[in-house]
Amino acid sequence: MATDNEEEVLGKAYDARLMRRLLGYLRPYRGAAALAVCCLVAGSALSILQPYLVKVAIDGYIRARDLTGLGGVSALYVLTLLGCFALSYGQTWLINLTGQKIMRDLRMEIFRHLQKMDVAFFDKNPVGRLMTRVTTDVDALNELFTSGVISVFDDVFTLAGIIIFLFVLDWRLALAIVAILPLLAFVTLMFKIKVRHSYRLVRTAIARINAFLQENITGSPVVQLFGQEVKQYARFMGINKDHMDANILSIFYYAIFYPILEAISALAIGVIVWFGGHEVLAGTLTIGTLVAFIQYSDRFFKPISDLSEKYTILQAAMASSERIFKLLDDAPTVTSPAAPPAATSAEPAEPVKSVKEGRIEFRHVGFAYTPGHEVLRDVSFSVAPGEKVAVVGATGAGKSTLISLLCRFYDVREGGIFIDGVDVRGYDLQGLRRSIGTVLQDVFLFSGNVAENIRLGDAGVTDGRLRQAAETVHAAEFIEKLDGRYSAPLGERGASLSVGQKQLLSFARALAFDPKILVLDEATSSIDTETELLIRDALEKLMAGRTSIIIAHRLSTVQNADRILVLHHGRLRESGTHQELLKLKGIYWRLYQLQYGAEGSGAR
Amino acid sequence: MSMQRRRKSPLLRLLPYLARYRPEVAVGSAMVVLMVASGMVSPRVLMYVVDDLQREVNPRRLVFYAALILGVTLVQGVFRFWMRRILIGVSRKAEYDLRNDFLARVQKMSLTALQARSTGDVMSRATNDLAAVRAVLGPGVMYSMNTVTTFLVGSVILFGLNWRLTLLAYVPMVLASLSVKHFGGLIHDRFEEIQGQFSALSTKVQENLSGIRVVKAFAREESEIAAFDALNRDYIRQNVSLIKLWGVFHPLMTVLLGFSSVALLWFGGRQVVHGRLTLGEFVAFMGYLTLLTWPTIAIGWVMNIMQRGSASMGRMLEVMDAEPDIGDVPDAAAPVLAEGRKAGEIEFRGLSFTYPGASSAALRDIDLRIPAGTTLAVVGHTGSGKSTLASLLPRLLDPPPGTLFIDGRDVRLWPLAELRRAIGCVPQETFLFSDTVAENIAFGVRGASEEGIRRAAEVSQVLGDIEGFPDKMQTYVGERGITLSGGQKQRIAISRAVLRRPDILIFDDSLSSVDTYTEERILKELGEVMRGRTTILVSHRVSTVRGADQIVVLKDGAIIERGTHEELLGLGGAYAELHRRQLLEEELAAS
Repeated sequence: MATDNEEEVLGKAYDARLMRRLLGYLRPYRGAAALAVCCLVAGSALSILQPYLVKVAIDGYIRARDLTGLGGVSALYVLTLLGCFALSYGQTWLINLTGQKIMRDLRMEIFRHLQKMDVAFFDKNPVGRLMTRVTTDVDALNELFTSGVISVFDDVFTLAGIIIFLFVLDWRLALAIVAILPLLAFVTLMFKIKVRHSYRLVRTAIARINAFLQENITGSPVVQLFGQEVKQYARFMGINKDHMDANILSIFYYAIFYPILEAISALAIGVIVWFGGHEVLAGTLTIGTLVAFIQYSDRFFKPISDLSEKYTILQAAMASSERIFKLLDDAPTVTSPAAPPAATSAEPAEPVKSVKEGRIEFRHVGFAYTPGHEVLRDVSFSVAPGEKVAVVGATGAGKSTLISLLCRFYDVREGGIFIDGVDVRGYDLQGLRRSIGTVLQDVFLFSGNVAENIRLGDAGVTDGRLRQAAETVHAAEFIEKLDGRYSAPLGERGASLSVGQKQLLSFARALAFDPKILVLDEATSSIDTETELLIRDALEKLMAGRTSIIIAHRLSTVQNADRILVLHHGRLRESGTHQELLKLKGIYWRLYQLQYGAEGSGAR
Repeated sequence: MSMQRRRKSPLLRLLPYLARYRPEVAVGSAMVVLMVASGMVSPRVLMYVVDDLQREVNPRRLVFYAALILGVTLVQGVFRFWMRRILIGVSRKAEYDLRNDFLARVQKMSLTALQARSTGDVMSRATNDLAAVRAVLGPGVMYSMNTVTTFLVGSVILFGLNWRLTLLAYVPMVLASLSVKHFGGLIHDRFEEIQGQFSALSTKVQENLSGIRVVKAFAREESEIAAFDALNRDYIRQNVSLIKLWGVFHPLMTVLLGFSSVALLWFGGRQVVHGRLTLGEFVAFMGYLTLLTWPTIAIGWVMNIMQRGSASMGRMLEVMDAEPDIGDVPDAAAPVLAEGRKAGEIEFRGLSFTYPGASSAALRDIDLRIPAGTTLAVVGHTGSGKSTLASLLPRLLDPPPGTLFIDGRDVRLWPLAELRRAIGCVPQETFLFSDTVAENIAFGVRGASEEGIRRAAEVSQVLGDIEGFPDKMQTYVGERGITLSGGQKQRIAISRAVLRRPDILIFDDSLSSVDTYTEERILKELGEVMRGRTTILVSHRVSTVRGADQIVVLKDGAIIERGTHEELLGLGGAYAELHRRQLLEEELAAS
């Protein structure tokens, strides 16, 4: 389990800069938020009224034997209950809905931002970590909005309201009760601090249990092979015991906290009975007021306990927002040109929207994913419009990098790549990529149906064009047999399809977009002969009339190519037709023996 | 699992875990009763206070009352403290026992049984489900006791005060309790649905990020954003339906419990007016109702805990009740070797093996004898059955009876522990624990000497690497330590097997991440270790296997060629072809 240190750090609970930026997200919904606060305040006011009604009932009607008046007060009490219900419902609804909307806005903003980031960014940031930003971190902020910022109003208002009521009823007794409040606040705060500490211990212990389980389940064969079940079991008992001890510690805090709360409450009641009782006897206080005081003193606890909870929420939210904002502030390096590149004066002023002819030229291209580890060195070649070029080379020779650079997944470190004489960096990024049809080796299918996977969300691809594309590359044959045909759902990553079928589907995908240039990384996996023939034919149709660069793994592909480029250790070493290269008896000849040897010399 | 057992509530199986802490449970229960009983005093004192205040009383009585309330609460606090400590403590202890038992069972799961379940699945049973079960043992038990006792004692007192008022006040309470149960269940279900929708959302993000190259290659960013937005809207819609429930639930509780107060105010007030109830009793009533508030809410809550806990316990039992599929037969015993006979002879007799659920056999008619102390090499393509062969010996997979013999005894009749002690295995997928290098090498040996560990590391050519680590042998590997290269991991795994000094050594493609030069040195050093031990070398590299006493070539689970390196080259078959290609590869790498 990746327990990234970054994820665990809890910093300060309040950061004005972050808070300001966060509150910016609340702005579009400030009407709803304001209304929610109003509901909250009105609701608390009504509920504070209830003990007072009891006082009125006792003093005014019960003791005065006024049944009508008692009925009236009871009815009022019912009204406050119903009012509380309505206000509380409205408040919950408004706050949570607003929270959900803010979360959506944030998630969309992060997602939108991620779509803009370049491929190098994704190489650096594992998918799991980025996922956490969109999910867990956004959730922490929701917590801030729903139970943080807004309900603070509730707690503060309730506390203030009760205190005011007490003072209005009898200021002397009120003074005595309020004197107990700091004690209550202190005890609660101490408890929260202790519990937070023990909670952290529990969390650590849980993480260790999880890590141990994960490791011992995946590593189970090793444990069994080496007969170390007993030893591992003993270790687990240790970790498990730490977890139990941490929990028992937190039980201690809870066990001691509640009795102390009750004792403070009893202290308050004792003061009311003793001090208030004297007043009653002296005739300066009514019995109803005394009863109301007892009820009010019960209501002090919740807001104080709630308030102390807010600290943790704030802390988590600040940490999450810091991570989210850091991500949002990270700018992509590969972008469409805003202005023409200054260095090449021949470039047009506007970014070029699309490829016209499809002439490709690599000029002294050098590239490294990490500085010092050159993947391509001084690679120069050109491909005429409509020409079919196959690229061959051993694993790690730099073939896939060629494609990545052409599509501008990365920008070259040295030299330049030109299409129709224009540097790829001078093209509009989306326009450039739309002009290049890409078929990658591992066909990536999205969850969704067949049509959606060919169309990839482009409404411009009509049903007719979609079907035609599928038919041309022989994908239609198997699609028609699927249950639901073009609307047949594809299982997880297309698990229901064979490798060959996925290939054909990706061909259809490329063809549907009718690109000027085709780049294709052939799959290495073996495919049955029948599908193989289909693929071969489909490939030919796909390449017809397009500038094509194919990373070849099939003998037929290299044989039919207009030209073959041989990459070796990042350099372009040989170039020519299949026959020419074979005659050289160089790298290509050896590669040929290795990769196509069995095919070429006929199966034994 | 018998049918009878299945029909009983899974929660009954928790009884033995509680029974272990019988004294604690007994004392804890006593604490509950004492806590509840002492809590009933204060409202009654308030009754006297209010009634006395209406007459002329000696003010000193007030001091006495105030002190009584404080004193009783302090005493109650002591009971409350021990109640929680003891009862919740027991639940944590039982959780501890349960988790240990669970692991013990998981440790016995065979490779196939583990593969049938995902790691995540087993994990979630050991964590989430156990947490739900723990909630039954702790809060579930404690609040049940608390609620029952409070209602019993409270009712006796309340009915004694005024039974009509009590009945009236109980009506909203019963409703409140039912609504907790009802809404709690609904909210839980709705919440699960939302979790489902949330995982759809996460899946979308994950898919998009994993497929970002495709998205970019086809310039599909905008449509992806639109699709994500649509999912987000669905998610909000589902959340709104939860918010609706949630919005009703809490206020409803307050209203219902509030109606008890109204009942008291109106009906109780009338009773006071009519002289059937004193004002003090009226106030005491109010106090008792407050005492009953939490237990009322707890009823519904506890019922939900029990329900969830029962389902979770069922899931845990699925793992814990499953019989281990690979274990010892009743009279398992290791063979006794005749004087002077070397241990480690292996024989396959017409062995065929098919994975459960697979349609075709992974191994077919394997007949093979490996004399003790000799080396067998197995070559073949991926999926030819090499690793299956290697996994059968230590019974990670169970061979059919009567097909695989070690020292003349069917491996199924060996005690599992002894069988595995006789074998040192370097599995194909190198697995190291997040521990120090030294601990990893010494993993299979109790009390290994430092010298022994160094020697094992030396043999597998990894000592030099280890010396270069920041803390040498004490360096942590894995997430919290340094990241090792594939080759370093393999070599540590080899050290781990070598240190056991087993009769049989199995290397399942264990040199694949090591360069040929290092491989040569390892093989040379290993030569000494392998002397006198039966060795099985699985590989797809000719360089690894050329020195073996016999080499077999596997194809689709069957042996297609066998012999020594020279013999097989002379045969001009699959092995010779493999050899030729590897020479070419080497040439290419050098050019």
